[in-house]
Amino acid sequence: MAESKDFRTDKKPVWCPGCGNFGILTALRGALADSGYEPHQLMIVSGIGCHGAVIQYVNANGFHSIHGRTLPVATGIHLANHELCILTMVGDGDGYGIGMGHFIHAMRRNLDMTQIVHNNKLYSLTTGQTSPTTDKGRPTKSTPFGVIEIPVNPLTLALSSGATYISRGFAGDPPHLRKLIADAMAHKGFALVDVLQPCITFNHANTNAFYKERVYKLEDETGYDPGDRQAAYERALEWGERIPIGLFYRESRPTYEDEVVTLKDMPLVKRPIKGVDITKTLEQFL
Amino acid sequence: MEFSWMVGGEAGFGIMASGLTLSKTFARGGLHVFDTIEYPSLIRGGHNTCMVRTANREVHSHTGYIDMLVALNEETIHLHKDEMAQTGCILFDGMHEPEDRFGVHADISLFPIPLGDIVKDIGGRPIMRNTAAIGATIALIGYDLSILEDLLADMFKRKSEDVVRDNIHVARAGYDFMMDNHPGGSGIIVKPQDNYRRMVVTGNEAVGLGALSAGCTFYSAYPMTPASGILHFLAAEERNYNLVVKHTEDELAAILMAIGASHAGVRAMTASSGGGFSLMVEALGLAAMTETPLVIMEGQRPGPSTGLATRTEQGDLRFVLHASQGDFPRVVIAPGDVEECFQAAGHAFNLAEKYQVPVIILTDKFLTESHKTVLAFEPVPVDRGMLLDEAHLDRITDYKRYEITDSGISPRIIPGHRNGVFRANSNEHDEYGFDLEDPLNRTAMMDKRMRKLEQIASELPEPHLYGPQKADVTLLSWGSTKGPILEAMLLLKNNNITVNFLQIMNLHPFPLEKVTRIMKRATLTIDVENNKTAQLAGLIREHTGLKVDEKILKYSGRPFTPEEIANSVAEVVEHGRK
Ligand SMILES: Cc1ncc(C[n+]2csc(CCOP(=O)(O)OP(=O)(O)O)c2C)c(N)n1
Ligand code: SF4
Repeated sequence: MAESKDFRTDKKPVWCPGCGNFGILTALRGALADSGYEPHQLMIVSGIGCHGAVIQYVNANGFHSIHGRTLPVATGIHLANHELCILTMVGDGDGYGIGMGHFIHAMRRNLDMTQIVHNNKLYSLTTGQTSPTTDKGRPTKSTPFGVIEIPVNPLTLALSSGATYISRGFAGDPPHLRKLIADAMAHKGFALVDVLQPCITFNHANTNAFYKERVYKLEDETGYDPGDRQAAYERALEWGERIPIGLFYRESRPTYEDEVVTLKDMPLVKRPIKGVDITKTLEQFL
Repeated sequence: MEFSWMVGGEAGFGIMASGLTLSKTFARGGLHVFDTIEYPSLIRGGHNTCMVRTANREVHSHTGYIDMLVALNEETIHLHKDEMAQTGCILFDGMHEPEDRFGVHADISLFPIPLGDIVKDIGGRPIMRNTAAIGATIALIGYDLSILEDLLADMFKRKSEDVVRDNIHVARAGYDFMMDNHPGGSGIIVKPQDNYRRMVVTGNEAVGLGALSAGCTFYSAYPMTPASGILHFLAAEERNYNLVVKHTEDELAAILMAIGASHAGVRAMTASSGGGFSLMVEALGLAAMTETPLVIMEGQRPGPSTGLATRTEQGDLRFVLHASQGDFPRVVIAPGDVEECFQAAGHAFNLAEKYQVPVIILTDKFLTESHKTVLAFEPVPVDRGMLLDEAHLDRITDYKRYEITDSGISPRIIPGHRNGVFRANSNEHDEYGFDLEDPLNRTAMMDKRMRKLEQIASELPEPHLYGPQKADVTLLSWGSTKGPILEAMLLLKNNNITVNFLQIMNLHPFPLEKVTRIMKRATLTIDVENNKTAQLAGLIREHTGLKVDEKILKYSGRPFTPEEIANSVAEVVEHGRK
């Protein structure tokens, strides 16, 4: 079985020292080892942003796609070969901004894949503009007088869009995040792992210390039941003195590919493509 | 024998279905057919037409005149009376010829027939007026009613015995009415010819069939006229061929899913019109950078923007040639008829996989939605190019997905093998797919990718020259204008003007050698295009340095008729001779 170190490459991460992406990378490699998959059985699709480089540092099949478009690429790969285990790694700009449409539809479909969002509440690679998760009123490079909109709430959005595993991790707690990712991968259906990721360089509000003071784990709350959608909504709306992390909601529902009849016997990619006979179809044109 | 028939009425009258029924009735009698529809972007109301043209020789397009007009409403008569052939006739829903004869020329016969009453008497639905009109048409031209009856039986047997019976009943009632009231017919005679069983197929269906035959198993698209026909066709065949057909959330997802599926190892395709293709443009570059094989059909309609949503134009040639940032190899094929659509799909998949490039099949509404008879489709043998198999991968120790080779082609694999772990990367990358900004690597990678174009160019067949080697006039064109041009050549033959026609099907890489040769040798060159700016003429100039002498352009959103082309050519020649 592959170990955490087997998922390393010889590339050295180019993130700023102290960036939350390091914690995510550590957690990810650990989770990949825990998952039991080997590098060639995985497919990691990443977007464009600081986070996107992650596939350079993970030894597994990868597809560094374009900004906001990871999910449809991942969907195509998945529908062609549902034996590959698929993860998408996106930024908050990538996943909740430019790629928002795909996100909602992927959840509706309950595609069997795991989406990890490096949520640093900013567009960092482009030097610190507002993102859809930036707090209202926060000045950024593109909103020097403060953001006017209210932020997107990825968790309530996921709850109402049909995701079947909805969680939030913290880059400053890799062991906890590792478990969330491993569980997400084991879950059959669309799994969201929104990760609170400090950006040391541009986000001076949502720092490591900011989160450390506030985060608490849902699994430590007595009586919290991730099968209770209503309770999940309440926790998903909580953001202030206390910020919940952990598994908010889990549900079992048939996945998209479960319901595609033509994928029942084998993945599409295993079907022979040569010598297809169309004679029978031609009769309808007579 | 040639016969051109048009049915007209409101959307919702079943115009398209009735045109196809008549087309198949002729095709089953061994005749050749071409039919084309015109309709506004509406579901009810508006004015729809379908023209069916048949002959005992290959029919390449519709015509500008009508031998028999079936008017399901009065508006149809007023809109089309000026297109009537001198000896034409009009069949309309009514009991009597009105006194003013709708202002139609005295030479045109009018045949009233109470279609609504006929249908009502039998207890049929109003939409079956068409079927009665087709029965009446058959009576007026002396054709064989049993062919129509057999067709109706085949068409409706999946519904129920009752539906079959009612339809045949209505068709026969229309037929009998004309036989009783006009036993002399219309003076037009159309007879079944031979026993060949010809298919009646649209460009969309031919592309879809070509894709099936090529082993395409993944199709993702978002509906947009005139490309939706492929989506409908393949969706219906999903379970017969073990496909995945996905109606996506938008065209971005459509192309990206196809890229993902192709990356995973299946043959994948998407299609749209110019508007949808506009949304696909960024991803087109992703396919190019990751060297993922991809087939896209772009069915043109008049732009800019929503333009004329259900009409035709050839305005996107420059767009597909240049779409997306940066330089990268691509292939653009513009089939000119239904057989070529089928072939283009087969070749497109082979080219996409052999050279790991995006291939665009450029069509338009006139081609994708018009029917033409075809005797058979010749399958294109599947060639997946350098796709390493399991056995090969078992032996590999250091797999470089983007290996720099002399041909520019790097061996591809299906992800999932232990020895073949790699990254596809939209960033410039090294041979393994890792990010690399090094200037030497960048130059080498750009050269590697672009090198593939030379080989593609040498593999693509040269453009075909129709007509005599030497001629008074050489026409140059691409895509769906082929049909009306071939018909115009027949007309011009009678006019004492010799014409040949160079059909440039493979537009990129550009067939430089042959086009230069033909241009240099020609007496008078005329560019014929369904667009405003003569995009092909510009392309010819760009590549060959040679200028076409004259241009015949149409951008009304309607296809050329053969007569329009023939008249324009005659005018140009006349002008030159003076
Ligand atoms: C279509 C497109 N628009 C804009 C960009 C420029 N761009 C690159 S990354 C990025 C935002 C990154 O923010 P996020 O997704 O949150 O990732 P982060 O850098 O914060 O990890 C933008 C706008 C692009 N690459 N593509
Ligand atoms: S800019 Fe922010 S997100 Fe990007 S690498 Fe630096 S710390 Fe990380």
